[in-house]
Amino acid sequence: MDYGHSERPAGATPLPTAIKILVAGGFGVGKTTMVGAVSETRPLRTEEVLTESGVGIDDLSGVESKTTTTVAMDFGRITISDDLVLYLFGTPGQDRFWFVWDELALGAIGAVVLADTRRLADCFPSIDYFEGRGTPFVVAVNCFEGARQYRLDEVQAALNLDPGVPVLLCDARQRESSKEVLITLMEHAMKVRDARRRAE
Amino acid sequence: MTVQGESAEHQWVDDHAGPVVRPYAVTRGRARPVTGTFDLISLVTATRADVTPEVGLGPEHLAIVGLCQRMQSVAEIAAHLDLPVGTIRVLLGDLVARNLVQVREPRNTAGLPDNSVFEAVINGLRAL
Repeated sequence: MDYGHSERPAGATPLPTAIKILVAGGFGVGKTTMVGAVSETRPLRTEEVLTESGVGIDDLSGVESKTTTTVAMDFGRITISDDLVLYLFGTPGQDRFWFVWDELALGAIGAVVLADTRRLADCFPSIDYFEGRGTPFVVAVNCFEGARQYRLDEVQAALNLDPGVPVLLCDARQRESSKEVLITLMEHAMKVRDARRRAE
Repeated sequence: MTVQGESAEHQWVDDHAGPVVRPYAVTRGRARPVTGTFDLISLVTATRADVTPEVGLGPEHLAIVGLCQRMQSVAEIAAHLDLPVGTIRVLLGDLVARNLVQVREPRNTAGLPDNSVFEAVINGLRAL
């Protein structure tokens, strides 16, 4: 029955809230693959258009005929319960879109940094970013076929990570494997939060 | 109202042609919403089952109300309507000002949530 303007009564079924996790890493490392592997639908794509707020970042002088630059983000949804929805956002790969990262990272409860051992340096900017911001993160090494296998402690040393940061192997195409990465991230984020509360 | 020939146009213009209407044409040039901030994961629900066209509401406004019969995030609305997030924020501001949608802002934007949230997420992921 439709009561027009009627408000939901306070204290009734709580309105759902949303939380987000970011999936970062270099170009072609499997971010959208991982988002798709665990989401309830195929990944969706949303775009931010660079307008006047982005002028300082993107020099458009001389290319006035090009009116906009778009930054695409792939994302997916996991409905945890009636009152909790989890969104996974793949971060835009290009470093010049940091202003989009800032918006994405605001309120994010954690991040997965996907790494490819053939191009390990590609994930350095993501790690620097989340370390600088204090966003809890894990490093998941996507096991591409034909990639040379390194031991996890070798990757940890190569990335110069804080010893508390989990590093794990994954196959971003596999739902179970990607789930395990997200669960590890959640457990790590709880530890980070507890450590911060103790330090306060 | 005027949705004339939209489906017919789509037959002739493919993705390579770019958007038929520039993103800020549907907001009549406005870059910011009249009200609200609208995070990417703010959740939007329509307050009414149906909205009749009225002055100031375009087909995109009506499409949002239709889509939000089931709760959607701002990012999902943008993806389904194939419009930039900034454009969607302006349109949502119009709808909030008319009480046609209600918006649930995300959980605390500073600090990490309580155990109950983490435990719910971990259990939910395990159950997938």
